[in-house]
Amino acid sequence: MAGILAGKSALVTGGASGIGRATALAMAREGARVAVADRTEDAAAATVALINQAGGQAIAIGADVTREAEVAAMVAHTVAAFGRIDCAFNNAGVGGASVGPGGQRVHDLSQASFDAMLAINLTGVFLCMKHEIIRMLEQGGGSIVNTASVAGLVGLPMGAHYVAAKHGVVGLTKTAAIEYAQDNIRVNCVNPGYVTTPMTEASVATRLDAMMAKVPMARMGEPHEIAEGVVWMLSEKASFMTGASHVIDGGFYAA
Amino acid sequence: MAGILAGRSALVTGGASGIGRATALAMAREGARVAVSDLTEESAAATVALINQAGGQAIAIGADVAREADVQAMVARAVAAFGRLDCAFNNAGISPRNVGPTGQRTHEMSQASFDAMLAVNLTGVFLCMKHEIVQMLAQAPKGGSIVNTASIAGLIGLSSASNYVAAKHGVVGVTKTAAMEYAQDGIRVNCVNPGYIKTPMTDPTMAERYDALMAKVPMNRLGTADEIAEAVVWMLSDKASFMTGASHVIDGGYTAA
Repeated sequence: MAGILAGKSALVTGGASGIGRATALAMAREGARVAVADRTEDAAAATVALINQAGGQAIAIGADVTREAEVAAMVAHTVAAFGRIDCAFNNAGVGGASVGPGGQRVHDLSQASFDAMLAINLTGVFLCMKHEIIRMLEQGGGSIVNTASVAGLVGLPMGAHYVAAKHGVVGLTKTAAIEYAQDNIRVNCVNPGYVTTPMTEASVATRLDAMMAKVPMARMGEPHEIAEGVVWMLSEKASFMTGASHVIDGGFYAA
Repeated sequence: MAGILAGRSALVTGGASGIGRATALAMAREGARVAVSDLTEESAAATVALINQAGGQAIAIGADVAREADVQAMVARAVAAFGRLDCAFNNAGISPRNVGPTGQRTHEMSQASFDAMLAVNLTGVFLCMKHEIVQMLAQAPKGGSIVNTASIAGLIGLSSASNYVAAKHGVVGVTKTAAMEYAQDGIRVNCVNPGYIKTPMTDPTMAERYDALMAKVPMNRLGTADEIAEAVVWMLSDKASFMTGASHVIDGGYTAA
């Protein structure tokens, strides 16, 4: 059968692990050729190997999404390999523990932690969108999904920088959706709740029960459960959807 | 190929036209047997005929979602035909012009208009959910998936439609609450929130003020019923296994703007 992304050229950042890897695999299963980007090409190559094993076509790219030159090169590399870029999943991101001690309320957070978080989780998404959109305008359209979070919609204690960045991603998504709605470019975000990934492992190890007390389904989500939402939004099945937050969170936000 | 609803038993209300008909057809294409319900069995039968022509399996049911006895009988009939109920799309609904004069602001609206709107668009959804959930809890294996038709009017205000907006906000609320209540019973409950879609319900409004309405839609066009149906079948399928209590907004960018 033809998948819902048959013949498409796709790019995913943060593709070495977690939601990014699961989505890269789902994109390939649905027929896309996939450019898998992560901070190092070696990390991305492991996901490419899994796609190749399953009979799909993919390339690995090393890029730091906080550096515009690297983002521009990443998009150029994708286009050089596949001829165009139809679908982009801007997913690279970090948790609070990657930019500071973690567990800090606002008055404890250093500006260095705050700035580092914004640089990756918000400015990184902006830079990726910018260069993807430049290419999509030239070729006549495309579809973009950004990884936001339930933290893009509600506050989470001890995560002011993460929450600020993810709220920013929601705002950026809405604005770009409006700006390019008549250029055949759709822009949406996915808003996962707690999902089992390398990023959440430390939190799960220390406070799983407290986290699950707020999740009506009382379990973690799996990366593939987010990936299915992403490939659906990237496909033409979502042709009237733009500027939206697709919440997949086991009921967290409803509760 | 096996569709994403292969082997499922599905129910759709308001299935005679618009989003309901498009979703009934999409459900059947994805492998479900479909109970198509509308106010009269005859109107539902036209959708059933389309499904049968495409090689699918469906039955027609006449039911008024505002009457609990009708709703209960509707669910019983779907279960009698297909053995269980895996997927339900509570979509039957009306527009303000069905229950009163158009263009009324809140201070001009009669209680009769307000009550009539709530009876169909909110209480009707509650009654359908109630009896679907009773069945989903009772069947073995337990569980199921429900999608309710809310609207962007479930998230924002729309002038001269306070009855419609109140009802649709209520649908969002009942969706969230039921999602929490049954999250550990294998029952997922979500809503779809369409923007302006080309259906028989919106045709008269569009004839009067299409340009003014499109000025608020970044994509500058009406959505099609098919574009909503695709989201509904996706949410009803196991692909949405971690999604519950959510509003799936498909509006051409309306609420982002």
